[in-house]
Amino acid sequence: MMPPLTFDPRRSGIHSRARGNGPAADGTAAERAALEKTWHVPEGILGWFSVVDHRTIGRRYLVTALGFFLVAGILAVLMRLQLAVPDNQLIGPDRYNQIFTVHGTIMMFLFAVPVMEAMGIYLVPLMVGARNIAFPRLNTFSYFVYLFGGLMLLIVLLLNSAPDVGWFSYPPLAGPDYTPGKRADFWAQLITFTEVAALAVAVEIVATVFKMRAPGMTLDRIPLFVWAMLVTAFMIIFAMPAVVTASSFLLMDRLVGTHFYNPAEGGDALLYQHLFWFFGHPEVYIIFVPALGMVSSIVTTFTGRPIVGYTAMVLSLVATGFLGFGLWVHHMFATGLPQLGLTYFTAASMTIAIPSGIQIFCWIASIWRGTPRFTPPMLFVLGFIAIFVLGGLTGVTLASVPFNLQVHDTYYVVAHFHYVLLGGAVFPLVGGIHYWFPKITGRLMDEGLARLSFWLLFIGFNITFFPMHQLGLMGMPRRVYTYPAASGWGPLNLLSTLGAGLLAIGGLLFVWNLARSVRSGAVAGDDPWGGDTLEWGTSSPPPVYNFLHPPVVEGPNALWDRSADAPVVTGLRTDCREVLITDVVDATPNNRYEFPEPSIWPFLAAVATSAMFVGSIFTAWAVPIGIVPIAIAVTGWFWPKRKEAAA
Amino acid sequence: MRQQAVAGHRSIDVSGLPDQGAFGPSGLIWWGTVGYMVIEGSMFVMTLITYFYLRLKVDAWPPSLSNPDLFWGTVNLALLLVSVIPNHIAKVAAEAGDPWRVRWSMLLCVVFGVVLLIIRWFEFGSLNARWDDNAYGSMVWCLMVLHTMHLLTDVGDTTVLTALAMSQPLDKRRYVDVSENGLYWYFIVAWWVPVYLTVYFAPRWL
Amino acid sequence: MGRRRALWACCAVMAAAASAASAGCAGPHHVFDPAGGPARDIAALGRLLFAVCTVIYLLVIAVLAWALVRRRTEADGSVETGRRLTRAIAAATIASTMTIVGLTAASAVTGHGLTSPMGPAAITVDVVGHQWWWDFQFRDVSPDEFVSSPNELHVPLGQPVMIKTMSRDVIHSFWVPNLHGKRDLIPGQVTNTWIQADRPGVYRGLCAEFCGHEHAKMAFEVVVETPQKFKAWIDHQRESASEPADYQERRGRDVFLGSPCATCHTIRGTTAASRVGPDLTHVGSRMTLAAGTLPNTRPHLATWLGDPQSVKPGTLMPAVPMSDADRGAVIAYLRRLQ
Repeated sequence: MMPPLTFDPRRSGIHSRARGNGPAADGTAAERAALEKTWHVPEGILGWFSVVDHRTIGRRYLVTALGFFLVAGILAVLMRLQLAVPDNQLIGPDRYNQIFTVHGTIMMFLFAVPVMEAMGIYLVPLMVGARNIAFPRLNTFSYFVYLFGGLMLLIVLLLNSAPDVGWFSYPPLAGPDYTPGKRADFWAQLITFTEVAALAVAVEIVATVFKMRAPGMTLDRIPLFVWAMLVTAFMIIFAMPAVVTASSFLLMDRLVGTHFYNPAEGGDALLYQHLFWFFGHPEVYIIFVPALGMVSSIVTTFTGRPIVGYTAMVLSLVATGFLGFGLWVHHMFATGLPQLGLTYFTAASMTIAIPSGIQIFCWIASIWRGTPRFTPPMLFVLGFIAIFVLGGLTGVTLASVPFNLQVHDTYYVVAHFHYVLLGGAVFPLVGGIHYWFPKITGRLMDEGLARLSFWLLFIGFNITFFPMHQLGLMGMPRRVYTYPAASGWGPLNLLSTLGAGLLAIGGLLFVWNLARSVRSGAVAGDDPWGGDTLEWGTSSPPPVYNFLHPPVVEGPNALWDRSADAPVVTGLRTDCREVLITDVVDATPNNRYEFPEPSIWPFLAAVATSAMFVGSIFTAWAVPIGIVPIAIAVTGWFWPKRKEAAA
Repeated sequence: MRQQAVAGHRSIDVSGLPDQGAFGPSGLIWWGTVGYMVIEGSMFVMTLITYFYLRLKVDAWPPSLSNPDLFWGTVNLALLLVSVIPNHIAKVAAEAGDPWRVRWSMLLCVVFGVVLLIIRWFEFGSLNARWDDNAYGSMVWCLMVLHTMHLLTDVGDTTVLTALAMSQPLDKRRYVDVSENGLYWYFIVAWWVPVYLTVYFAPRWL
Repeated sequence: MGRRRALWACCAVMAAAASAASAGCAGPHHVFDPAGGPARDIAALGRLLFAVCTVIYLLVIAVLAWALVRRRTEADGSVETGRRLTRAIAAATIASTMTIVGLTAASAVTGHGLTSPMGPAAITVDVVGHQWWWDFQFRDVSPDEFVSSPNELHVPLGQPVMIKTMSRDVIHSFWVPNLHGKRDLIPGQVTNTWIQADRPGVYRGLCAEFCGHEHAKMAFEVVVETPQKFKAWIDHQRESASEPADYQERRGRDVFLGSPCATCHTIRGTTAASRVGPDLTHVGSRMTLAAGTLPNTRPHLATWLGDPQSVKPGTLMPAVPMSDADRGAVIAYLRRLQ
């Protein structure tokens, strides 16, 4: 018998949490009103551009990323239609090359990383008991930079000028000699947009997790999702400079005649690959590690017990973060590098399976020990395990140099990375969206639709991508706009296309469920699932000040371990946006800091920055000229308002 | 107005804690500054590694060009090292809360910065290589431009902060900003050392 | 219970799918249909990898299924159970680590065996990549001139062949699935690999690194034949072009040499000596046209010359304007060049 969806903690035996921050709670009405006024999210047109509230920005990131996901999904369907039968004339090579390039570029840079950041921006401050994310105006700035970069790519796609050299854009093909025009420049500059945005969010996450945790949340009481976001933030900080270097060099080769990648003048085509993949491998872990955090949250709640092996889980996340930087050459096994070095990269690439494996073992042990409830989020977690483990294992096969040399750059690799990315990141994400939707909107998603969309996604995914392993083994290379009938690749391609149809329907159903439930879903209440982390200890959606009284944490499962008279923080000001700054290791209160009010300057700075980025695609003069409005905007941003000085 | 104790709950009263932030890692701003230092430091590391990666691919370095002239680069190095002094004074003065010393030392920092930028202009002229000559020229200009961009933005930062310090009463928040700005200047000076050695001496020694 | 049945159904489907994948079937250019030493070694390694990974996967799914459906007991929350779970996780981790070590070792051993051929190389082939065709050049046949055989590589059966790869423009990748793993062609450097075929036949090769518009139509044929046949073939390739046999073929040659065709192509023995496009000295004897895109027949040649963009949109070969009669003559001449 299915347990009821609305979870009553008293019936399960978990001791009740103090409801200090819910609607029928303690705290004077005057305090509540004062906090409402102080942390007010501005409305109106000007207000929309001035918001510095993490929940709003997180929602915007989420909606924008899902929008990009739909666009890239449509591009994928177009690709599958073209490849459904041999010698198909539906889409010619020029358009097809733009489509697969933009599909990959959107998925990797405009969907996968930003959507994980979205969840982090929304949830991390709530999970650590803070009122906002660190550096709120930087957060707003990062969203607009991301948005403008993405819009630039969409516009050039519609204008038939999209990049067409693959999502990793290797020179010399992407260089000035073989891709004239501006297509590859738009790609390279898109990197700059998205990296600026992602690096900003990474710095905010590190600062929030280290310095703004609720008192009592020592390092060993930090929720696993927060650990995952912290590891991700560090990976972003160390990896993204490499891709900015790679893409900037490419831009300069194309725009001002430098010779970084020009072998005729001492440059090196492989230099690009080293720089790019030094980022590119951690990039997939940047996408994947937050999903691991989401899985931990979901498994904890829907088994009703703390995760087995918390320390092992944390160390696995950290190990994955470190090891991810030592693998990049496995994307370059066919380039003729010395054999001994390659063997190291085989060993490292296989070794990273171990911390991921440990996490899988811990989750299975947690499921074994607890009482699983088969809610939609839990279904997506089970789908994740089934799909991701398969993808991880094909990854182990790809780590082997000799075998890699056969299947590299074939549909086998396409199958592998879709299994690990769709299975390893998107399934947990969709489960996570079902899980946190009630917190974000105050309503529940429709359960029947959720289950149906899960099965369509799961079955559709496997029918689409499993045959691709076989296609790769049958010799089908990547990035081909068509293939001859004599190759024998027709039937499996057709099967894959049919699967893509199912997958698309499942995806659309999910989006429909989202859109509908925002308005007419069942009211969720503070804590429909019986979660253990702090976000479930406030209303759904949270008030603008997140928590009436910042909580004090007494155990690793913050809500489950709360005593009836659990301590709260008092003494923070309610007439200005005062937050509590705590110590890194043991979260003891250290000082108070006033956070900024809503401001238009981050938006203006993003406009100025975007203008400079887009301008520099066309002329190098855009840089010295464009720097002036940026300087003005940043000065306006940091110039204190009059009342601040009086405080 | 401050939040009061809640009936039925123990409380931790933080109203006695200092407000307007804190210096160094106790405060929040330090973490943002250091975060960006790590990011930009990674960019320097990537660029330096790339310089040597390309160096190892050829025999002659610089290929068919002459070494950069030492004069302006060394003047730059000397001046940068000296600029640490007013920077340090400003940082210490900010942490001590001494407005007068903060103001004049920051003014001095701005002067140093402007002079350094002028010298940097001459440096570019004496590199004896253009960015589009060959990969060597591209790398040399890349390193120089990367450092110059940091120099420029920090001089800009410092100028704005100095203007603020001159025109408004200084409070703790401003002192914290001055202190973190000083930290970033150390970063810029420190990275000039390997960049200088690479640009000016790698062609001579390697 | 419905849920359990669904669970076991899923497991069964996945097991079936997994075994279907590991059953490599034959087919043109299939990785598990090796026709030479290196490909054979790789296929063996591949089977080992798949076997191990299939077992691991089924184990993980089976344990997950058990964890989901098992009957819960009172003792589940106990400290003792916690310890047992920790020990189980540790054991699984150790087993995984040992498996990884084993697979790394197997991979390294196979890789080491592939670095150099089993004996001295019989011949060396320079593989030069262009957008979007292959040039196979035999330079150690005679010191003064080299033999160019575009898009069709002949190799002697049972003898190691050294391959040196280079590119004239962008990065390509030389891949003959039946014979060996792939090797990238990177402008500015020469990389080495080798093949050795032990089964006669014709094997398809492909470009395996995205190289622009017509990456999809940049294939080649590898003809594995006895050493005697190979010697006969290469001796024949060294000869200059055949003379035209009748009026139409002579006219075709004259049109060819007087048109833009001669500015890109070589026909040895004539004045056409450009290396921009493929060497046409023996084009009539090739099996395919346009880098493996079309069979080499008269109508296909007519289409390829008359409207190259219809065969390979984006190709760098222009449609040289000429009358139908002229084109017919050129075709007759080219088909003479056996």
